[in-house]
Amino acid sequence: MAQLTGAEIFLEALKREGVKTIFALPGGVVLKIFDVLHQQNDVEVILTRHEQGAGHMAEGYAKATGKPGVALITSGPGMTNVVTALADAYMDSVPLVCFSGQVPTALIGNDAFQEADNIGLSRPCTKYNFLVRDVNDLAQTIKEAFYIASTGRPGPVLVDIPKDISMNKTDVTFPDSVSIRGYNPTYEGSKWKIKQAADAIMKSRRPILYLGGGVQLSKASPEVLELAEMTQIPVDQTLMALGSFPGQHPLSLGMLGMHGTYVANMAMHYSDLVIAVGARFDDRVTGKVSEFCPTAKIIHVDIDPTSIRKNIHVDIPIVGDCKRVLQELNSVLRATVNGDQKEWRKPWWDQLNEWKNDHPLSYRQEPDQAVKPQYFIDRLYHLTKDRDPILSTDVGQHQMWAAQYFHLAKPNAWLTSGGLGTMGFGFPAALGAQAAFRQRLVLCIAGDGSVQMNSQELATAVVEKLPVKVFIINNRFHGMVRQWQDLFYEGRYACSYLDQTPDFVKLAEAYGAAGLRIQTVSDVDDGIREAVAIDKPVFVEVPVDQFENCYPMIPAGGCNHEMILEDPPELQKRQPVEAMGQRDGKDTILTA
Amino acid sequence: MEHVISVTLENKAGSLSRVAGLFSGRGFNIESLAVATTLDPTVSMMTIVTSGDDRIIEQILKQLNKIIDVIKVVDLSESDAVSRETALIKVSTRPEDRAETLRIVDIFRANVVDSSPASYTIEVTGAVQKIQAIIQLLQPLGIKEIVRTGRIAIAREPVRTEATQPRPLAKAN
Ligand SMILES: Cc1cc2nc3c(=O)[nH]c(=O)nc-3n(C[C@H](O)[C@H](O)[C@H](O)COP(=O)(O)OP(=O)(O)OC[C@H]3O[C@@H](n4cnc5c(N)ncnc54)[C@H](O)[C@@H]3O)c2cc1C
Ligand SMILES: Cc1ncc(C[n+]2csc(CCOP(=O)(O)OP(=O)(O)O)c2C)c(N)n1
Ligand SMILES: [Mg+2]
Repeated sequence: MAQLTGAEIFLEALKREGVKTIFALPGGVVLKIFDVLHQQNDVEVILTRHEQGAGHMAEGYAKATGKPGVALITSGPGMTNVVTALADAYMDSVPLVCFSGQVPTALIGNDAFQEADNIGLSRPCTKYNFLVRDVNDLAQTIKEAFYIASTGRPGPVLVDIPKDISMNKTDVTFPDSVSIRGYNPTYEGSKWKIKQAADAIMKSRRPILYLGGGVQLSKASPEVLELAEMTQIPVDQTLMALGSFPGQHPLSLGMLGMHGTYVANMAMHYSDLVIAVGARFDDRVTGKVSEFCPTAKIIHVDIDPTSIRKNIHVDIPIVGDCKRVLQELNSVLRATVNGDQKEWRKPWWDQLNEWKNDHPLSYRQEPDQAVKPQYFIDRLYHLTKDRDPILSTDVGQHQMWAAQYFHLAKPNAWLTSGGLGTMGFGFPAALGAQAAFRQRLVLCIAGDGSVQMNSQELATAVVEKLPVKVFIINNRFHGMVRQWQDLFYEGRYACSYLDQTPDFVKLAEAYGAAGLRIQTVSDVDDGIREAVAIDKPVFVEVPVDQFENCYPMIPAGGCNHEMILEDPPELQKRQPVEAMGQRDGKDTILTA
Repeated sequence: MEHVISVTLENKAGSLSRVAGLFSGRGFNIESLAVATTLDPTVSMMTIVTSGDDRIIEQILKQLNKIIDVIKVVDLSESDAVSRETALIKVSTRPEDRAETLRIVDIFRANVVDSSPASYTIEVTGAVQKIQAIIQLLQPLGIKEIVRTGRIAIAREPVRTEATQPRPLAKAN
């Protein structure tokens, strides 16, 4: 075989992994690689304006396609900039392969120009990382990186490539398979444990399915649907699971946890059997651990043994892949389920329906008052749902309202940052998904605070013709922070008020994107239709009621059946911030 | 409760920091850690002494297993194991104390591995209690410096039944 440089091996290895698109930003030590990429057409290179943007785009791409996203960045500051995205991907189990440039091997450790300890920086926020010290190892390393990122519990993997490695030549053979002696994920669940789980399900009178992000990662939606329908068990989903079970299905109770629905949380609290599938009992879900599901037996299916019994005692632990475990469980149940499950579950469903009716999600939109964020998202959902959209969000109140009111029907359509809660995630993640699916409708529900953390990617969106529709829910606040200050800090708004937000319409236009503003309730539907019809990236600024809070809410460390359902009386008489003398008087929001 | 955990891992640059980083990052205790290569130069053996309640130990074992460079994890506390530690102790010795020092060395079957007119350097190997005991006896004489290896441990071969053997945890990620 001909001799190839490291950079050429890199390209060939990517092609063999089936990589179509990468998100990248160059620098000195990776120039050889960029030079090779520049002279080919098999792998599309999307130049981002910030390495964090590249990382989140790769995440959005991965979440929407189910395949590893790929980013390529330079040493030193390129690396430090991408760390947030790596940490985000690690928390949310997103398959990602990030290639970083490194100073030449001979200079490593010398505080060389733009040197950073990429391995040290990324160790706590990657599933694994490699420093390539010999060009002969490069092909094998890349193969292993993709394998580790996408198997077992997926996650980000970093491959650090020193400059000389990308230039050196070698006779290369590309490996076909990988075997790593310390890495053998368990996919098959114990049959005996699955049998126990089936027995518990048959005996249970108040069971609840608690679905997590693992369902989507293992593509187990059909199996979950079969299980739920066969047994008539109600379904709760975590923030990360949304879309893996149809949001409008009669068995769906919506999201559980801190901002979950009343019925979803009550169902957990009073259940006698929790069936957790690919969920990790996060503190936003458990609340006060000592009072979590006090009367329930717990079955936990997870591919990562460390997720099991990390926070909560589990009665029937099943280590394995959701899809395979549920296939086996369903086949056991199919043989045992008898009689009319609807009839048998009726008392439980009566109770659930009562909870549903007692406290449904609600908001009140007055036609002549400021737009309520919930109303806007509700309308966005109804006007776009038939187009099978992909939806990304930033982090904050708007994210929670999106989770509550945008009922996703299918998996791989919901891009949100759950574990790390990274503001600025939404816009680049939407771009990454749009790069994967150029024809689909990709929406982003952003916050006025969050969107400013990666708005530079407007340039990427315009240049690469990625027509994402970004709806900026503008409350002129770090709303989620303000909500906590309202409830727990006596309304002292330390640094949550955003005195200076840019004119988002002009901002978008300055980059050559489209800008729109939706001012009044009567503009909402037309504004949405107009935005969706534009064949360009669009920023739609939606000034909303500044003081709307997100409920239900379980205060951190609170108990799941003790939810705050509305603003306490003292909050209902708040004055607009303008009247508090903090405003320049030019506000358009309060008079909307 | 104290646990002695034996970890077989890849002898690669960075493997040790992955283990050490796990303990610091997750706030697990680490009382001692000893590591060196085995007969197979691609593999290292590590002995970690840690403590925590059952839930924490379960997490430590699982998290260790999850590290890709880790090949095998055994909790030796669950079984019969031999553990040893070595200490090098430099004792300052006035002429009138030298005989007493040697007596102590003798009692503990320790060795004097270096001596100067004003000091002995003593090497002692044994179970932790033994090391602690000799330190206690030498302290009044004046310990100038002390270095300890941390514990290393190995499972005893079963004399009777299979059941007494430590169970390796199934490696799963
Ligand atoms: C402002 C804010 C508010 C939030 N409020 C809420 C809230 O109200 N409710 C809520 O639910 N979350 C909320 N979150 C998100 C929360 O922080 C967690 O990210 C989320 O609860 C974790 O979801 P999960 O349990 O599905 O786990 P994930 O992080 O999705 O983890 C997936 C689990 O599945 C396992 N897994 C992966 N692949 C497989 C496979 N093939 N087979 C089996 N198992 C697999 C993994 O090992 C892991 O344990 C909020 C986040 C933010 C930023
Ligand atoms: C990078 C980052 N910094 C800080 C935070 C803490 N934080 C969580 S929500 C939030 C406010 C978000 O404001 P905005 O984007 O306007 O959303 P809103 O809550 O107003 O809908 C902040 C500051 C965070 N999650 N991420
Ligand atoms: Mg805001």
